[in-house]
Amino acid sequence: MATAAAARPSIAREPATAGRGVGRTALIYLGVLVAIFVIWEGVKFLGGVPWRMPGALPGPNNPAIWNPPFRWDFANDLRLPHIWNILIALGQPFQRGADETLAQYLFGAALYTWREAAIGFALGALLGLVLATTFVHSRLLERAFVPYVIASQTVPIIALAPMIAFAFGQNVLAVVIIATYLTFFPVTIAMIRGLRSVDPRAVELMRSYAASPLQVYLKVRLPASLPYLFTALKISATASIVGAIIGEDAGSIDEGLGRVITTFNQYYATGPEKLWTAILAAALVGIAFYLVVRAAELFVLRGRPGAAAG
Amino acid sequence: MSGAAAGAGAGVVAAAGGGAAGRWAQRVRYYAPAVIVFVGAIVAWELIVGALNLQKFILPKPTAIVAALNENLTSSRFNLLASAQATLVEALGGLAIGTVAGVVVAFATARWATARGVLLPLAIAANAVPIIAFAPILNNWFGLENPLSKMVMAAVLVFFPVMANVTRGLVQVDPAALELMRASAATEWQVLRKVRIPNALPYFFTAMKLATTLSLIGAIVAEYFGGASLVLGRVIVQSSSSLRFDVTWAAILLAAATGIVFYLAIVVIERFVIPWHASMRATESS
Amino acid sequence: MTGPDQQPIVRLSAVDKVFGRGGQPATTALEGIDLEIRRGEFVSLIGPSGCGKSTLLRVIGDLVPATRGDVVVNGKPAAKARRDRDYGIVFQAPVLFEWRSVEDNVKLPLEILGRPPAERAKRAREMLQLVELADFTRHYPYQLSGGMQQRVAIARALSIEPALLLMDEPFGALDEMTRERMNSEVLRIWERTGTTIVFVTHSIPEAVFLSSRVVVMSARPGRITKVIDIDLPRPRDLETRESRRYFELVTEVREALRAGGGLEGDDADGGGVASEERTLAEGAVG
Repeated sequence: MATAAAARPSIAREPATAGRGVGRTALIYLGVLVAIFVIWEGVKFLGGVPWRMPGALPGPNNPAIWNPPFRWDFANDLRLPHIWNILIALGQPFQRGADETLAQYLFGAALYTWREAAIGFALGALLGLVLATTFVHSRLLERAFVPYVIASQTVPIIALAPMIAFAFGQNVLAVVIIATYLTFFPVTIAMIRGLRSVDPRAVELMRSYAASPLQVYLKVRLPASLPYLFTALKISATASIVGAIIGEDAGSIDEGLGRVITTFNQYYATGPEKLWTAILAAALVGIAFYLVVRAAELFVLRGRPGAAAG
Repeated sequence: MSGAAAGAGAGVVAAAGGGAAGRWAQRVRYYAPAVIVFVGAIVAWELIVGALNLQKFILPKPTAIVAALNENLTSSRFNLLASAQATLVEALGGLAIGTVAGVVVAFATARWATARGVLLPLAIAANAVPIIAFAPILNNWFGLENPLSKMVMAAVLVFFPVMANVTRGLVQVDPAALELMRASAATEWQVLRKVRIPNALPYFFTAMKLATTLSLIGAIVAEYFGGASLVLGRVIVQSSSSLRFDVTWAAILLAAATGIVFYLAIVVIERFVIPWHASMRATESS
Repeated sequence: MTGPDQQPIVRLSAVDKVFGRGGQPATTALEGIDLEIRRGEFVSLIGPSGCGKSTLLRVIGDLVPATRGDVVVNGKPAAKARRDRDYGIVFQAPVLFEWRSVEDNVKLPLEILGRPPAERAKRAREMLQLVELADFTRHYPYQLSGGMQQRVAIARALSIEPALLLMDEPFGALDEMTRERMNSEVLRIWERTGTTIVFVTHSIPEAVFLSSRVVVMSARPGRITKVIDIDLPRPRDLETRESRRYFELVTEVREALRAGGGLEGDDADGGGVASEERTLAEGAVG
């Protein structure tokens, strides 16, 4: 009697819409890329330097196939290389006489940067969790230290990166420290709020079960704080990558993307496409890192209302 | 055990404490731990570094940092004052450009749902990209020594949070309020002025607090990739590479001070513009 | 169905509860409460807002300590009964964990008690069968209606097979029709399990329909005005609600309430109680 009637207003969500939403988003990103391509080449079409066959040098064997009506300074091949030239450069040796292609070289550098950033990110998240747990359980420690945690948010922390890199010398430790440092501030703040966000009635319920403080922490506070944790992690993901890149650059670490970007920047005049490929690689690493965290979020927070929202 | 109860208890006790003197005592007791930590840290820093002679590493004594600050305020090599000014100009310029662009685009996305469908996912994607990696490109476009290259970097960093937040503020209005306006046969324009914009103001200020930090960081970090020598970013890099860490810390101190001043300026303006907002009234422990 | 046992499962002797420590003005929530509840009974506590009925429930459950007097639950002091998990409790809000499925929510107390996984799964499924939600084990709370969520909360409370079930206005947030349905549900469950139930309510019809006895409380400070035996035959159904004796008893309860002071100016819905609940929760946990 009660079941049939009560079942009617029950199911609120349909799981199928999630898939449709992802498809639409992908379409939008694709559309944006196409739009960028069109605008980029369109600008060069109107105001760039004469177009030639891709990948070849100017000369009698390589006549101009299109002469744009205007000449705009910012649309020349140095400032705005053709997109296909950038893509072609990926397939060529990354420097004269090398057997690795640019793509392979960048991939190796990206992997290196990713690893450092990931280690720093993980350490920072752990540190943030420990600090937040401590502060939530001790009001005194919280009042003593949290003001500084908050004040640091208004300070450009990343200003410390070159210093740390120079001080710790040419090694991975410096970069990991930078990434850790950039991650643990937002995680601490978010977790404090998250651990405290628990409904007091849930705590009362646990009391009726005579649950131990550890059980309350593990079964109530921690799960309740996870959405806040992931909000902070998504921000820290990108920050870790940025910190890694800058740390590598400042610390003269040869293998990471930071160094690659700086080198290609120095030789920009002879190969503007390479700098673009390096930056694109950095952007992709950032996006990939973010997506990994987002995927983890969707998995850990499955079943909660509002988890699917960006 | 639970923070909520302890906080509520402490709040109640504070309110009940007798008279102005009682309230002063409460204030002191509340802020004391933080102040003690601050003073203690500075003192410990000074003593430990001095005792262990750590100047070789990245931790000069606080007194040494202050000395470096004094010496280099207008020195020829690391002119901290001029550098700070130059960086400030870049950050402010970027802040202005980014904020204006963000607000304008926000109004557009609030008005047209299709624009929103495209631009918001874009904003989310942009959050994942290390935008700062584009600094060398900007240097090449606008010129290494041209402050515009750093301004644009700051502007791009500022644009996205401002746009996302203002859009949310304009769009996420209490449906009951909109219904009320419809019942009064208000025009879209009136709804905008009377409901959406006031609703968006708190979101705007939240974004601005973030934006001031971002604009400063954007300017400084962009300078790491190259720029005129008398800007804070270059001073930090060059003093680090010459192992003059006292100067580096002095520059960082200036950057931090600038950041805090920026933030406080926003807080003051906010208190002026939206004194009615709940966050202005409640005393929240973060 | 087992009839009420000789041994009282709950005995309160001269219980007082006074709130207000350290600087707050003292409020007497309960005064001189003497009450015995026999095994297998269904007892309702009814009274005006703020009369302390929720407090009384929490005193029985040792979620709030009594200031004076004895509280014996299941033959032990209340604190020990709580530690031994002799009772289950259902609040006005379901308080389900949004990150756990329905089945996992029901398993929560079993996990805390350390029961093996096989037993947890079995008990959970049995309980969900009892409340007729066996088809919804994999669902999440947000997918269920208010009434269904409360049924999950009841299943959870019963999962450890407690001798006593405390219910604090569990149907206060539901609409009238769902409420009447849930009343029949509770009676069915009560008859199936033989658990003693102490039920706090705002609603006179509900109290009379469900209970063996109705305890009427006065306005603050809460005292027991009258205990009324409900001699309506069981099983009770729609016809019971329309019988003459039912109306007589409802009138008797109403008269007792008025005598205790507090029918006028009473707020009829559960709004005020929810926040009273929350204050109690924070006070109890602290």
